[in-house]
Amino acid sequence: MKRVVLQRKLVNALMVGLATASAVVALVFLGWILATLIRQGLAGLSVAWFIELPKPTGEADAGMANALVGTIQVVAMAIGFGVPIGLAAGIYLAEFGKGGRLSQVVRFVADVLLGAPSIVIGVFVYTLMVRPTGHFSGLAGAVALGLLMLPIVTRTTDEMMRLVPVSLREAALALGAPEWKMVLRVSLKAALPGITTGILLAIARVGGETAPLLFTALNSPYWSLNPTEPTATLNVTMFNYAMSPYADWRAMAWSAALVITTGVVLLTLLARATGRKAR
Amino acid sequence: MALLPDDKVKIRVEELSFFYGKTQALKSNNLEIADRRITALIGPSGCGKSTHIRTYNRMFELYPGQRATGRIRMDGLDVLDRGSVDGITLRSRVGMVFQKPTPFPMSIWDNVAFGLKLKGCTGTELEQGVTQALQEAALWDEVKDRLRASGLSLSGGQQQRLCIARALAVRPEVLLLDEPASALDPIATARIEELIRGMRGSLTVVLVTHNMQQAARVSDYTAFFYMGELVEHGPTDQLFTFPRERRTEEYITGKFG
Repeated sequence: MKRVVLQRKLVNALMVGLATASAVVALVFLGWILATLIRQGLAGLSVAWFIELPKPTGEADAGMANALVGTIQVVAMAIGFGVPIGLAAGIYLAEFGKGGRLSQVVRFVADVLLGAPSIVIGVFVYTLMVRPTGHFSGLAGAVALGLLMLPIVTRTTDEMMRLVPVSLREAALALGAPEWKMVLRVSLKAALPGITTGILLAIARVGGETAPLLFTALNSPYWSLNPTEPTATLNVTMFNYAMSPYADWRAMAWSAALVITTGVVLLTLLARATGRKAR
Repeated sequence: MALLPDDKVKIRVEELSFFYGKTQALKSNNLEIADRRITALIGPSGCGKSTHIRTYNRMFELYPGQRATGRIRMDGLDVLDRGSVDGITLRSRVGMVFQKPTPFPMSIWDNVAFGLKLKGCTGTELEQGVTQALQEAALWDEVKDRLRASGLSLSGGQQQRLCIARALAVRPEVLLLDEPASALDPIATARIEELIRGMRGSLTVVLVTHNMQQAARVSDYTAFFYMGELVEHGPTDQLFTFPRERRTEEYITGKFG
């Protein structure tokens, strides 16, 4: 009897030790990456980085302001495209399509799209928008990012709305509400915190994408406020600078990485905060 | 089983059968619901009493595969006839409160205003409607200082009274209560029962309950359901003291169920 207890305690201690060690290993690498990023990123960061245009190597006061603005532009357009369609599709799946044939197909396609490598989306939009128009554009980049957001927003909306209890829907209908009003005023409202979290995470996800933008928005050393022209983004600029042989460009690439990561972290924190408020 | 003269009947159910797909859940129910009185439906779990009242406001029609046959005449009009009675209008005339409290994720005030806004009420009319409904549901004194607080912040019993207020606000002619107190503690239950008794004379109430004492305490008429059949129905004191059917007697004396 006593031996069995001792044995169990030993196995328990061993397993807890293994699990803790794994967690430490994972955190060490994560911490290492973050520490390097912050150290290198801060070194290249200056006021000029935020307000100046890119300059040839060796020139002082070069910046990535156009890429910073470009990223915001492209992501904002992607939100305008991906969120409304994804939201509407999710509402359809959860409320109107239910178990029907069309919704099964849409759910399946959304799940496939969710797992598709982002470069495939980039090539797809390249064929669809860049080849026919003959030039790269910020709009094409936005469509590619929007397509990446679409399945995330669709499936989150779908899942969150299906979590809304049937009794709540029935209660609204029992008051004489038409179905669309019940959906918008009660179901959607009940699911909104979860959906908001999903949307923020989707934005964070596409904000860090480079591959689809290489084929669509491409890059530019200038301001590109016209969305039909090639548009600089932080990710692509960082990619180009990091591959360059110039030390000053590589330092700026580190700073870009730091800025992108900070943005993603902030979005994730915001998503967690809205998710927590819902509970 | 005509117990009442026509002018005392609010709803007359004739040969009502109900199907979940191929499974028959109600078998030719015939029942009359007295106008502005409280009718309790009792019976063991799964006997069809909830299914029965869900036909009065055609709640079932939201689910494909569910089907009702027969007639449910409310003031002479067959509510099962989709051609002559529209579901949305019907549900604004026949209110319903469910077993689990279902406050909407919005403020107490907005919860009660929900149905009134659907009817197009605004301004002072809306204000008065909400206040009156909360008073009628005996919730006003507890919430009057925090009408903007979330409906979900209330206790279970308060939430259920909020749902009753919400249903009363749209001034229904009939109120369906589907085991409204079965998720509540005895004190909250007593308050709900008091509320229901107070509706006598102004509202036609149909109360589904598995609690026989509750039926005896609050209702004027009681109907006993068993396996989809309406076994017996009559004035409450009569049904509980002199049941005509053996199955009713066995159920109310606790031999089964």
